[in-house]
Order: sequence, then C-alpha cells, then structure tokens
Amino acid sequence: MITLPHFLVLSGILFSIAVAGIFLNRKNVIVLLMCIELMLLAVNFNFVAFSRWWGDVAGQAFVFFILTVAAAESAIGLAILVVLFRERKSINVENLDTMRG
Amino acid sequence: MMQNYYLAIPLAPLFAAILAGLFGRLIGRVGAHSVTILGVGISFVLSLVVLNEQIGGAATYNAPVYTWLVSDGLSMQIGFLVDHLTALMMVVVTFVSLMVHVYTIGYMHDDPGYQRFFSYISLFTFAMLMLVMSNNFLQLFFGWEAVGLVSYLLIGFWFTKPSAIFANMKAFLVNRVGDFGFLLGIAGVVYYTGSLDYLAAFKAAPAIAQHSMVILDGNSWNAITVICVCLFIGAMGKSAQVPLHVWLPDSMEGPTPISALIHAATMVTAGIFMVARMSPLFELSDAALGFVMVIGATTALFMGFLGIVNNDIKRVVAYSTLSQLGYMTVALGASAYGAGIFHLMTHAFFKALLFLGAGSVIIAMHHEQDMRRMGGLRKYLPITYWTSLIGALALIGFPGFSGFFSKDALIDSVGLSHAPGAGYAQFCVTAGVYITAFYTFRMIFMTFHGQERMDHHTREHLHESPWVVTLPLVLLAIPSVFVGWFTVGPVLFGHWFDGVIYVAERHNVLGELAHEYTGQMGFVVEAFKAPALYLAAAGVASAWYLYLKNPALTDRIAAVMAPVIRVLDNKYWFDWFNENVLARGARALGRLFWKVGDEIVVDGVLVNGSARSVGWLAAVVRHVQSGYLYHYAFAMIIGLAAMLAWLLARA
Repeated sequence: MITLPHFLVLSGILFSIAVAGIFLNRKNVIVLLMCIELMLLAVNFNFVAFSRWWGDVAGQAFVFFILTVAAAESAIGLAILVVLFRERKSINVENLDTMRG
Repeated sequence: MMQNYYLAIPLAPLFAAILAGLFGRLIGRVGAHSVTILGVGISFVLSLVVLNEQIGGAATYNAPVYTWLVSDGLSMQIGFLVDHLTALMMVVVTFVSLMVHVYTIGYMHDDPGYQRFFSYISLFTFAMLMLVMSNNFLQLFFGWEAVGLVSYLLIGFWFTKPSAIFANMKAFLVNRVGDFGFLLGIAGVVYYTGSLDYLAAFKAAPAIAQHSMVILDGNSWNAITVICVCLFIGAMGKSAQVPLHVWLPDSMEGPTPISALIHAATMVTAGIFMVARMSPLFELSDAALGFVMVIGATTALFMGFLGIVNNDIKRVVAYSTLSQLGYMTVALGASAYGAGIFHLMTHAFFKALLFLGAGSVIIAMHHEQDMRRMGGLRKYLPITYWTSLIGALALIGFPGFSGFFSKDALIDSVGLSHAPGAGYAQFCVTAGVYITAFYTFRMIFMTFHGQERMDHHTREHLHESPWVVTLPLVLLAIPSVFVGWFTVGPVLFGHWFDGVIYVAERHNVLGELAHEYTGQMGFVVEAFKAPALYLAAAGVASAWYLYLKNPALTDRIAAVMAPVIRVLDNKYWFDWFNENVLARGARALGRLFWKVGDEIVVDGVLVNGSARSVGWLAAVVRHVQSGYLYHYAFAMIIGLAAMLAWLLARA
C-alpha cells in the first residue's frame, strides 16, 4: 500500500536533487532552469498528495496554476538565456559573476 | 511741542546722513556737504535754544518718546532727559561737529569718498546726541555702540591702507572688552532695580548699596561697587584709559577731521560724561572712586610721557588727548564731577583746534605727518600758527585761557580729596602739567619754528589752507580762549550742576573750592601761588631750550637716557603684550581647538570615524557577495531551512 509518507519522501528526494543540481552545476544555465522546474514539480507532488489525503480538490486546482506559471517562467527564462548568449557568447555559470561585490 | 524739537536735534543729522550716504551720487559733492552741514546746523541752533532755556531756568525735561518693547515688566524705551548737563554736552557736540563739517570740505577736497565721509560724520553726530540725551541705560548703550561703529568705520575710512584696517579692528576689539564690562554694569543695575530708567536706578541706589555680591568664593563685594567698576570699565574702553588705551593712538590712521571730532572732542569723552551722569551711583562707593582715580592718574601721567618721544604730529596730539582724558577721570575719582565735565568742555574746544591745526599743517605738507621733516612753518601758515598756538596755550593752562581754569580747578580739587589714591593722583596730575607743557611746545617748536627741514619740492608748494579750513580754526580759537573765563564762575562754582550731579557731603571738594572762589581775577592770582603754573612755564622753557636753542643737547640726553627712551618707544610694551600674549594666546587656544578638538575629535573620530567604520564593515561583508547565482540560491535555502528549524524548535 502506498501511503502519504511515500509521496512526501519522493517529493523530498526530488527537491533535494534539484537543490543539489543548482549547487553542483557549474557549466550550464539551462540545467539551472531545469532544476528550478524540478523543484516546482516536487512541490506539485506535495499538493496532489495532500489533496488526496484531505479529500479536497482545491490542492489539485493549485497544481494547474503552478504548472501554468512554471511554463511561463521557463519561457521567460529561456528568452533571457538567448539574449544572454547573444551578449556573452557563453552560458557558462562560472562566467556570470557581474553582480560580484 | 517741546518734545518735537528735542526730537529734531538728533534726527536732523540722521536724516542728512541718510541723504548723503544713500543718495550721495545723486546729490553730488556740493549736495552732500550742504545737506549735512544744514542738518548739523539745525541741531546746533536748536541746542543753543535748549541751553538758553536751561539757563533761563527751564525745568528738567524727562519723558519717554517711544516704547520699543515691554518684556516681563522691563520697559525698553527711547526717551530724553534734558537738563543742565545734557544741554552743555549738546552744545559742545554740535558746535565741534559743525566746525568739523565745514573743515572737512577743505580737508577731504580731493578724496573719492567725499559723500561717504560726510554721511559718517553726520551719523556720528546723531549717535552722540542720542547718547547724551538719553534718559535710560538702553538708549545710552545704543548711542555708545553707535558711536563706536562710526568710529570703526572712520578709522578704516581709507580701507585700502593695511595699517588703517589694523587700527580699526584694534579699536573695535579693545572697545568690545570695555563694552563687555559696561553691559555687565547695566545688567547689574537691571538685576537690582528692575528698570533701565536713570532716575529709577538713582532712586534705588542706596538700596543696592545694602546688597553684597560674592564673585570669587570667599570674597564678598558691595553690589554698588561691582556695578560702578563694571560701568567704569566701559568708560575705560571708550575714553581710552590704561590699559584699554591702546586703540586711541592707532586711531590716528583715520582722516584728521574725525581725529578731532571723534577721537579728541566728543566720543572719547562719552565715558567721562557717563560717569558724571551716574554720579548718584558712584558716590556710594569709595572703592570704585578710588579705582577711577588711580586709573585716571596713571593715564594722565604715563601717556603724557609717550607724547614726548613721538614724532608724528597727530600722534603727539593723540597722546595728549589720552593724558587729558586721564585728568578728567581723576576729577571724577575725586568726586569733582563738575570739574571733569568743565575740563571736558574746554578740552573739546582746544583739542579739536589743535587737531584741526595739525590737519591744516598736514594739508600744507602734502600729507606728511613726521615733525622731523617740518619746521619754520610759521611764516607760511600764519593763521594755522596763531590758532594752534592759542590751542597749545589753552592746553598747558596759560593764565586766563580756558584750559587754565579747568585744569587748575581740577588739580585743586584733587588736592582737597581724601579718596583712596588721592596722594598718588595729585602727584600724577601735578607732574603731568610739566609734561603737557613740554610735549605741546615741543610740537609747536618742531613744526612752526626753527630750521626748515622739508624737501625743496614741498617748500615751493607751501601755502595757507583755504578759508573752509581756517574759518573753523578761528571759530574754535575763540572759545578756547574765552569760554573758561565766562563759565568758570557759574558752571564750576555756581549752582549749574545742582540736582543734576549728586555729590555726597563728605566728598564735596568743589564745594570747598567754591568758598574760596572770588571771581576770575582772584582765581588767576591764586594760581601764581601754586606750583602748576611754574611747572607749565618750566615745561615750555625746557622745550624751547632743547628743541630751538640747543638741539645738540637733546641727542646727548637721548643717549644718556637710552633705556628710558626704549621703554617709551615701545609704549610700555602694552601693544607687545596684547599682540604676543593675549592675541597670540587666543590664536594658540583657537588652533588647539581647531587641530585637536575639531580636526581630530569631531572630524576624525565622530564624522569621518563613523563613516570609515561603515566602510570597513562593508569591505568585509562584500566578500560574501560572490556574484554567483547558486551561492545566493544556496544561502536562501540554508536560510529557509534555518528558519524552519527555528520554528519547529520553538513549537
């Protein structure tokens, strides 16, 4: 029987993978974006699991909102990435330190 | 009705000063001197009317004209007190001022600041009249400061001359010292009486004398003594008494007409006038009178010595003024206020005459003031010579001249005084007679007699000054000769100052003298029995011998007396002390506050120090900002985790 804790653990694992991805990745901004998507998906998992557990569909409605926002966010993120590449001829994270104090 | 023309007396010169000062360009040179002479002329004529009324027995006028403000029961007013003393001062001030106005037309003929000069001297006349006509301390102080301001402006009249700027700053600063004392004195009066009015203060004076003040711990002073000494410190500044005399010789940097008007005849006598006016206060304090007398006596003798070694014709007259102011102050200290005021009046005439005579010589010499380059001017400047000689004779007290009556009466009253310091004062004023005669005739002989020491070019252009210069000389010479003869009886020994100047019975030296007074001739005869006259004659004789008959001896004496001459040349090191100890000390203290207090503590630690510590903190913190997105993201997540952990731990 698969119970709520299983879902939550899976969600936690996904979130942790995303954090590790943001952190360990030193080359590619696209990977960063993918990791952020993965975090959102982990959160979605929680929403769906709790929705089922409480027997309340509102949680599942929120998932659709999050998916929509995530799609829009990816579109903007990729657009920025394209501009960035044109400007810098590189999408290497190591080179993106203009905000250094 | 009466009030209206009392008001017109000070306001006419003020109005003229405004016209000449603000619209000088519009009305031109002739317009400027016409309007100011008209203004002062009106004042003079009205002052004569006032004096005539007072002689005719008019009642003392004392009323406020305008209330400026009332604060906590203290009423600040402009008001006039017109009595015998005021009327006398008004006539003296306006007469000398009028003469100086006329004289200025000649003296300042080529000066680009012509209108400005007339505006200033008219403004001075206004301020001086406000001072003498005042019926309260506030207006007195206003007039006091206003004459000081005009004096400052006029000493620095030639403002491109560095020495003139130094002199006017010096006059201003030294007078501030005196004014500080004066203000404290006025504050003392207000503290004890709650009123600025003269009569209220005089009425309350015996009550003030019951109080005592603790100034330094353990020392208790009578309140009236403190007030009188403070007021007298004000008089010391304005009337140039030791040690606040240092500004007066330097004030000779200004044009000669104002040296005559302000720094000889009128403004510097404001202190004498003030003390005489405050006689009901001073009479209650023997200590203050003793102080006044000792200061005056010191000034009278020791400033006279300086006149002997100076070669600048104006400075000799200036030191003579200092010495004569000392005489007046001694008279005040001896409670012979009448004698002080009488000497003030005669001195105003003959000292203005001497100054204007010196000015006439300076015009003829093309602004050369060194007596060593003069000599033999008698035949080139006959009117100037004779009038100056009259002034000099009046100054040394030649029998029958005005200075004779005032000075002899003064010396006699000091002789009768029993105030503390009277013995010292009597010695000083008696010895001063010899000194006065010596330096006065040294000046006359060096200027008008003997060899002609000027250069060829100057000699060719020597000629008598125009009539606008000589007319005031002649008009001033007349009172210099006669005013003493006609006024000594009524003013000095009569009842002119009764009810105006208060003298305690035990101090009444003039009253004692009056018993012996038997008319002018009797006074002259009496003088032949006293040493003063012979000392004056000896002074003239020694000046004649040393500067005309046997000048070689002068150099020999100078060589023998070298150390004394050195003391005199350095003016007793008063200037040295002021400049090197007081001024330099103040500058050193200022530099200490600037370098340590301001630059190190305020700027270094407080202002720049706090800014620098913020900068240092930021320099450390900026290493945290790497610019890498994943560092920020990590920090956010760690932060989030920490906050969650904290929330959970709390729950």
